[in-house]
Amino acid sequence: MRPVGVAGLGLLGAVVFVAAFGPVLWGDQATVVDTGNLLAGPSAQHWIGTDNLGRDLFARVLVAARLSILLALAATAISLVLGIVLGAAPVLVGRRTGRFITSAVNVLVAFPGLLLVLFFAVVFGVGARGAALAVGLAGAPAFARLCHTLVAAVSERDYIAAARIAGVSRIRILLRHVLPNIAEPLVVNATMAAGGVLLTFAGLSFLGLGVQAPDYDWGKLMQDGLNGIYVHPLAALGPGIAVVLAGLAFNLTGEAFAAAPGRVRPLGPARGPSVRTAPVPGAVLSVDDLRVTMPGPVHAVRGVTFTVGEGEAVGLVGESGSGKSVTALAVAGLLEPPVRVEANHLVVAGEEDHRRLGTSLAVVFQDPMTSFNPAHRVGPQLAEVSRFHQGMSRRTAFARAVDRLRAVRIREPERRARQYPFEFSGGMRQRAMIGMGLMGNPRLIVADEPTTALDVTVQRQVLELLAEVRRETGAALLLISHDVSVVTDVCDRVLVMYAGRVVEELPAGDLRARARHPYTRALVAAVPDLETDLDRPLAVIPGLPVDPMSAPAGCAFAPRCPLADDHCRAVAPPLLAGVACHKTAEVRV
Amino acid sequence: MSVLSFHEVSVRYGAHTVLNGVSLEVPAGRTVGLVGESGCGKSTLARAAVGLAPVTGGHILLDGRPVPNRGRRPVQMVFQDPYSSLDPRMTVGESIAEALPERLPKKARQAEIARLLALVHLDAARAGDLPGRLSGGQRQRVALARALAARPEVILADEITSALDVSVQGAVLNLIRDMRRDLGLSMLFISHDLAVVRYVADHVAVLHDGEIVEQGPTARVLGDPRHDYTRHLLAAALPLKEQT
Repeated sequence: MRPVGVAGLGLLGAVVFVAAFGPVLWGDQATVVDTGNLLAGPSAQHWIGTDNLGRDLFARVLVAARLSILLALAATAISLVLGIVLGAAPVLVGRRTGRFITSAVNVLVAFPGLLLVLFFAVVFGVGARGAALAVGLAGAPAFARLCHTLVAAVSERDYIAAARIAGVSRIRILLRHVLPNIAEPLVVNATMAAGGVLLTFAGLSFLGLGVQAPDYDWGKLMQDGLNGIYVHPLAALGPGIAVVLAGLAFNLTGEAFAAAPGRVRPLGPARGPSVRTAPVPGAVLSVDDLRVTMPGPVHAVRGVTFTVGEGEAVGLVGESGSGKSVTALAVAGLLEPPVRVEANHLVVAGEEDHRRLGTSLAVVFQDPMTSFNPAHRVGPQLAEVSRFHQGMSRRTAFARAVDRLRAVRIREPERRARQYPFEFSGGMRQRAMIGMGLMGNPRLIVADEPTTALDVTVQRQVLELLAEVRRETGAALLLISHDVSVVTDVCDRVLVMYAGRVVEELPAGDLRARARHPYTRALVAAVPDLETDLDRPLAVIPGLPVDPMSAPAGCAFAPRCPLADDHCRAVAPPLLAGVACHKTAEVRV
Repeated sequence: MSVLSFHEVSVRYGAHTVLNGVSLEVPAGRTVGLVGESGCGKSTLARAAVGLAPVTGGHILLDGRPVPNRGRRPVQMVFQDPYSSLDPRMTVGESIAEALPERLPKKARQAEIARLLALVHLDAARAGDLPGRLSGGQRQRVALARALAARPEVILADEITSALDVSVQGAVLNLIRDMRRDLGLSMLFISHDLAVVRYVADHVAVLHDGEIVEQGPTARVLGDPRHDYTRHLLAAALPLKEQT
């Protein structure tokens, strides 16, 4: 935990202790009337002086902690509960009434909080209870707004729909499914709000609307001390400091909670390249012993060596977690610390530095919805590449962008270049993305699942476009896909990855019938096509994929492999003659 | 064993028509495949049948009576995304128990959960796990078990394998076929993947722009397509090299 969190929790602990035991420990001291010391200044006996009855102010500040904190917590609780009820209205009372309540809340949020507090304080009358209600009600709209947003996000989840279909009542859905899943941010927010509420309360008591004599909280003490502020400033400042400290305690604790999730142990420094090797001559992409480690540590890629020749199309196949996409990102130089990338060499078009993206290297990502900035027009986003890398003027770069959009067969490229990404369909966006890669003169195109998010009919067009671009520019292609049929359609050569390693390398034409690794064969057999035998069950791969946190010492596929023996489980097979398996002799081709 | 039938069902959101007069029947004990591209209204049709999408025209009937859209539905649905279809804070057993039609004493409930998990080929010990400990394929099987727990007459499977890895997809498809054979369930199986639909469905309907353009026995529709759009879909599903 960071120092801020430690300080916050320590402070909160102290505040809670004082609130719990203050009246017991210092209660008597706070009520002792010392007529010889009326309105005295600070002394060794009375650290911050005495009040108009000669009572010790320091003791009174400590004793006041309980009432101040309790009132703040009560008001926060009122805000929270009311906020949850109002915010969850769309779940509880249905869409139409819910929309009305949400609008009402939105109007209330627009009112200044203090105005609401004063309004309610007058309505409920002066006194501690009235003030708690006033502050609680005034805080409710903000919580309701937050809650509404959180609830809306959770309500979209399919498990809520499933619960509705299963006949679970609305209240039970709220209590069992919605609230537990939004509790974390709500608690964090409530903690921070409690700090603010404390301040508001002090303000109300200070104005005389809050706690009334003979009770006293920090606000009341401040009000009492204000009369003598020029003579004995500490009498007013003392309770003020208490408010600040308690408020800080709440806020810092909230901050610490808010920052807590998602923190992982950072990786140690890279060991440094053990060996430097020379790239394979004539290859557009040459990678030797690529290792990628993510914080955790997760060994996503565990020693991958391959090349892509000039103009060649190489496919990288594997299931989720096999490390294929991470390999692609490492090739594109898009991985940054805390992810650690090591290799004996990783050379694209003769260059080893990471500035190759946009010039000799183009990347097409999976999700055409997120690969463009939605706030900018498509043309300028393409043009930016040439302005940055080739130093073109705005006008020439835009002209090239239009030309490139035409090259990826987007109709009316002049008009389309002036449109925003949302005006493009998914397939068109993916074309435009390829067009962006063609702004430079790419020698290698890395396409990471470029058609996975697209419909079959559009998928076909994008694959054809990639093939056409390769024919025209002579660029090589590294195609990453989980789809065996896409890879066999497009590529010359295929690398099959499992658990961060290449387990087999073979010509694409051999993938279906002549694969030698048991995993490759199982992977191909598991996909039904339009000729699959309908009378037999589909082939399946038993067991579970490897947990990348704990990759085994031997062959990673051994636990799922029908041929595996103790040797397989103990010794990792090297990639020999295109296959990494001890049992290739036993696999009948 | 029941018949789910859609009669001239339309769904409109404002001026936007998602479904336009769709008529489709899921016969008792049969699996009907529904294919089409994203945005054609496949999921909306299923959601309309369980009251998650507003029906603006037509009727959805179960054995001739309107499908109730309050309380426990006799039509249950399994969703596409295995990572969003289970509450991350409820154990597998709790999620399944929630869909059970009656409150059972603890022993009987555990036995029922074990029976349902066995139906989807999962170990009864999984009941105590949170979804975070399960793979995508296992989650999808739990979602199926939850749907079965509600004793449905009909199951709607909305792209249940498209978010899964291929090695896992096979196991789920085998399970779907086993369930039809052993439990005699009626099912509407929605998918964009023709090969997958061909493997599990007896009948297939092709949805395009909110309208059904062709339907019939799977072998006939895929072997001898009569509508241009069906031919277009089939052509896209064939390998690239075989075409040229």
